[in-house]
Amino acid sequence: METEKTEYVDFAVTARKYKTLLTKKYQNRKAWVNPSPYEIQSIIPGTILDIFVKEGDVVKEGEPLLILEAMKMQNRIEMPFTARIKKINVEVGVKIPKDSLMIELEAVDNE
Amino acid sequence: MTLKKNILALRQKKAIVEKGGGDKAIEKQVAMGKMTARDRILALLDAGSFHEYDLFVEHEERNFGMDRKELPGDGVITGTGTMNGTPICIYAQDFTVMGGSLGLKHARKITKIMDHALKMKVPCIGINDSGGARIQEGIGALAGYGEIFYRNTMASGVIPQISVILGPCAGGAVYSPALTDFVFVVENISKMFITGPNVIETVLGEKISQEDLGGARVHAEITGNAHFYALSEMECIEQIKELVSLIPHSNQQKATSVEPKEPASKKNIENIIPADPKQPYDVREVIYALTDDSKFLEVHELWAANIVIGFGRLNGETIGFVANQPMYLAGVLDCDASDKAARFIRYCDAFNIPIVTLEDMPGYLPGVDQEHAGVIRHGAKMLYAYSEATVPKITVILRKAYGGGYIAMNSRHLGADFMLAWPSAEIAVMGPEGAANIIFRKEIMEAEDEDAMRQQKVQEYIEKFANPYVAASKGYIDAVIEPLETRDMLLHALEVSKNKDDHRPAKKHGIPPF
Repeated sequence: METEKTEYVDFAVTARKYKTLLTKKYQNRKAWVNPSPYEIQSIIPGTILDIFVKEGDVVKEGEPLLILEAMKMQNRIEMPFTARIKKINVEVGVKIPKDSLMIELEAVDNE
Repeated sequence: MTLKKNILALRQKKAIVEKGGGDKAIEKQVAMGKMTARDRILALLDAGSFHEYDLFVEHEERNFGMDRKELPGDGVITGTGTMNGTPICIYAQDFTVMGGSLGLKHARKITKIMDHALKMKVPCIGINDSGGARIQEGIGALAGYGEIFYRNTMASGVIPQISVILGPCAGGAVYSPALTDFVFVVENISKMFITGPNVIETVLGEKISQEDLGGARVHAEITGNAHFYALSEMECIEQIKELVSLIPHSNQQKATSVEPKEPASKKNIENIIPADPKQPYDVREVIYALTDDSKFLEVHELWAANIVIGFGRLNGETIGFVANQPMYLAGVLDCDASDKAARFIRYCDAFNIPIVTLEDMPGYLPGVDQEHAGVIRHGAKMLYAYSEATVPKITVILRKAYGGGYIAMNSRHLGADFMLAWPSAEIAVMGPEGAANIIFRKEIMEAEDEDAMRQQKVQEYIEKFANPYVAASKGYIDAVIEPLETRDMLLHALEVSKNKDDHRPAKKHGIPPF
């Protein structure tokens, strides 16, 4: 493996920092972000077949939001808890990758 | 009346079939920068040693106009030969014949030569260059793949199985290489994936080139599916020959030993490793300083570079080396490194190759991605592989041996036969900074100058515990040796363990954390 000896970086393992090189795979790893319950993301890449809600709607827990077709299966995406639809980022017919933000929610304050 | 006429007829018949897909198709193959299937076999084997089987096998498909199609050899060349004297069973898919597509007879030619290899206890080499299943044959092609996978599994750990990817290898076809011991790939030529770029784009809308999805470099560096990476077919062929010279023909034999040689490396082994445990170096320099003629055939050179595995010789005998690599990711263990080492340890154990472990590691790689990727399950594979192995197991602790990593890197507790440590070794439950922060938390917090107290306590800990003598006082280390004594100690340990006899409880098989 070709070595670029000049590019040693500080690499923390527990309480100590070591001088070392990073692998390409390590550099390209995805940083973890704490998922927000108010963001409905696609769990699989696919196509939006149908959308049942509009922005501003208050939707009850368990009611359908949209149909995401992936691998010939029609996945019914349901409301995780009762909330208002703040923003819809997808349209019927579009193809979306995995982890794309489909719908944003906001809390219903006047319960 | 002589047989001359019949002999001439045979020669004519052979000449036609041996041309495979014919001149035009061969021209195309060469234009793609690829060798023909026959040339590949001839380049791999000793001159004049190749003997072909089943040259005249024909397919039996009658649907979709296949009854009018002649496919010479049914798109695969099979046979036996020798490689530097080692008997070999070999097959090569012929892309010039209907894209090397796999039909039932094509598969049966392969399974026949695999059965032969298993019975004769010789290595089996498969060269893959195929567009995939022959769709016209439908389920027959699937049956063919399944029969190959079954035999790959039966032969696993009995005879060496080598896969060479010299063209496309897509869909179900990829699973035969995945089941074999070593996979070789060549830049720009090898392409391996389950679903190709077209399907991925249609179904998911993700656009990617064949090369970026499953090219040689991707499998050598990112997925770890490939063990050896070459820039040309000829380089690949040389790599295969070198590997075959180092491994035994079957699990009932030992690797062929050669004339012992002193290391060629002129580097003083004492000067390779910096005394400061935070400074990196290339652990392969230590291996070169130990092996005969300083030769080392690295396996998985690009993937999980934070651990180094490969074969070298000591006193003429093949040895498997496992070494932490401080130059990459400080030599930590992570999911990939554990998978890489564990499989190699099991390979060595299956094929009677003693294992030398060189240890210098700060611990496991911290991070959400590692934990969520299952570093517990992956890391456990190493514990399993070392504990299970009955070949001679020798460990040399060069520098750091902290915590769980100390246990995992073939410690005495997992059944190491010889535990050696250099005087620079630090065998401790964790790095001094971390340990001092926990043990002396109260003193540090109550001190007027916390940093000064912390430094003092870290220093105390280093003096007391960051050495090999605590472990040696408990007998967990057999000997603390000088770096210059290492090669002689290894040779001695191997000599002593020549007739090692170690048994495991009778079982059908264990349940390793796959």
